[in-house]
Amino acid sequence: MSVLIYTENAGGKFKKSIFEAVCYARAVADQSNTTLTALSIGNVNTDELSALAKYGADKILTVTNSQLKNFINQAYASVIAEAAKKEGAAIVVLSNSFSGRGLAPRISVKLDAGVVDGAVALPEQNGGRFTVKKTAFSGKAFAIVELTSAVKVIALTPNSYKVVEVAKPAKIEEFSVDIKASDLKTILKEIVRSSDKVSLPDADIVVSGGRGLKGPENWEMIEELAGVLGAATACSKPVSDAGWRPHSEHVGQTGIAISPNLYIAIGISGAIQHLAGISSSKVIVAINKDPEAPIFKVADYGIVGDAFEVVPKLIAAIKEHKALV
Amino acid sequence: MNILVCISNVPDTTTKITFTDNNTQFNANGVQFILNPYDEIALARAIELTEGGNGKVTVINVGDASTEPTIRKALAIGATDAVRINAKPHDAWFVTYQIAQFVKSNPFDLILTGRESIDYNGSKVAGMLGELLDIPSASIVKKLDIEGNQATVEREIEGGKEVLTIPLPLVAGAAEGVSEPKIPNMRGIMSARTKPLIVIEAVDVKTNSEIISYETPAPRGQVELIGADDPAKLVELLHTKARVI
Ligand SMILES: Cc1cc2nc3c(=O)[nH]c(=O)nc-3n(C[C@H](O)[C@H](O)[C@H](O)COP(=O)(O)OP(=O)(O)OC[C@H]3O[C@@H](n4cnc5c(N)ncnc54)[C@H](O)[C@@H]3O)c2cc1C
Ligand SMILES: Nc1ncnc2c1ncn2[C@@H]1O[C@H](COP(=O)(O)O)[C@@H](O)[C@H]1O
Repeated sequence: MSVLIYTENAGGKFKKSIFEAVCYARAVADQSNTTLTALSIGNVNTDELSALAKYGADKILTVTNSQLKNFINQAYASVIAEAAKKEGAAIVVLSNSFSGRGLAPRISVKLDAGVVDGAVALPEQNGGRFTVKKTAFSGKAFAIVELTSAVKVIALTPNSYKVVEVAKPAKIEEFSVDIKASDLKTILKEIVRSSDKVSLPDADIVVSGGRGLKGPENWEMIEELAGVLGAATACSKPVSDAGWRPHSEHVGQTGIAISPNLYIAIGISGAIQHLAGISSSKVIVAINKDPEAPIFKVADYGIVGDAFEVVPKLIAAIKEHKALV
Repeated sequence: MNILVCISNVPDTTTKITFTDNNTQFNANGVQFILNPYDEIALARAIELTEGGNGKVTVINVGDASTEPTIRKALAIGATDAVRINAKPHDAWFVTYQIAQFVKSNPFDLILTGRESIDYNGSKVAGMLGELLDIPSASIVKKLDIEGNQATVEREIEGGKEVLTIPLPLVAGAAEGVSEPKIPNMRGIMSARTKPLIVIEAVDVKTNSEIISYETPAPRGQVELIGADDPAKLVELLHTKARVI
């Protein structure tokens, strides 16, 4: 047996969340004293592929079939399942990214595998039982799921496993597979990337604004604060509902769930649906003029004050700090 | 065009989640159940796509009789008819298998799910269903248009989106942007009572996963307050104490 990690790329590069998944998969392989094979699909150069070894891959398979240059859910799922069979993989790991969420269920059906989506910790193997902890109820709880099938699929939540480097070479091999025409029905017309910004699900730091900011014109200071921190921007649901910000920035129970190292909530009351999506942040900072706002019940640090006065001062203080360190 | 919308019955978003029996069972006591918010969006889009007599919308749920109020709500919003597969939804695979059995003898042009259920949050049903039926699936869809036999889909990716064309039949997981939830009107509520809701017994299927227990997040410590005129202090704490900047 072995462990297979599917390493998704974005424009030929691997993101931090992919390296996290490689490190996680390395640890899973170590639990069973077995090898880790990484699988890359699409155009990724040798330097970038070699980076996978640095995070623990013993062997790297690359699929450069021209039909698979762009992500096609069905075809990619078939290739990953084929690679799993070829490598005799008992466990397939991938990132629970937006694409990963389309792949994991399809792979699990192909391999008759139980699947854990949104894993937040390493599997535990006790007395022949294989269990994995995952988020449930939109971040309000965790579920411990037992997988009872021979083959298992695990999709790892971004920002929930530490990246550690190991010094280790690995060989890179071409992997070629025949693709069924019926797997290629989806045609990519266009990719739109707002490349200058940090993507929200992957971000280490997130600056988030709520209705307390009064209107879209006031997001300039949120953007600036995010800029000095190298952070992504987010918002509460009423803000995206009002069209002040795009839906893709809406965090919470009905938006996206995130687990950054630092979440800064500005002018956000902290409704239960909002907290669901952010409560696994490592550190939460709240800036709100109402000392009774529920956000202070979950925050680690808080400033009671008017955002329009506090945020510019905070930006200045961060700039000063960055100049010093 | 015939559209199937998969709907799930989930705890209201204001629910404080607790567990019983040594944290092995979800405590449904006093919990209000609702139509999963993303399924509401999927349903709204299905109704728009069939407007003007252009086909019908069937909703399907795998659940016991307790989910019927949610199914009736979907009928009140505007679904044409409903199917309930009578079983507790063991896991996404169990649910998907039941739905696939139904679809194999009742084909649809388009199948919509929500991007995820807000209880077990798998985002799994759409992909599993696509695989079982051997048709394309798209997860986290923020825009969905149909022209003739082809769908144009916008799919969320980290920091952007992809625009795809996919021939029907297709399974798509609806997210915000696809449509706005519709509120049932009086006529809808009245007619929902008499719209067909058929109940089918579940088929046996082997499952590969089991929830063993639950945990609630560790309570967070007390907030440390910093004066509004001293954000530099916050920066210092974040740097030296929390070590996050
Ligand atoms: C089905 C359903 C699902 C939902 N899902 C989500 C979800 O996923 N995510 C989500 O966020 N919400 C969700 N909500 C909405 C949620 O219930 C709250 O309404 C929402 O989170 C409140 O957003 P807010 O904090 O921006 O606004 P408000 O609750 O209006 O809070 C604004 C805050 O700003 C503060 N403020 C005002 N002026 C200033 C100032 N000058 N300086 C500093 N602070 C100021 C106020 O004291 C207040 O605390 C959902 C609701 C429903 C019904
Ligand atoms: N018990 C169920 N019956 C019918 N559809 C369901 C059920 N559970 C989940 N779904 C559908 O699958 C979607 C994704 O659910 P999940 O995979 O659990 O996140 C939901 O938004 C529903 O559309």
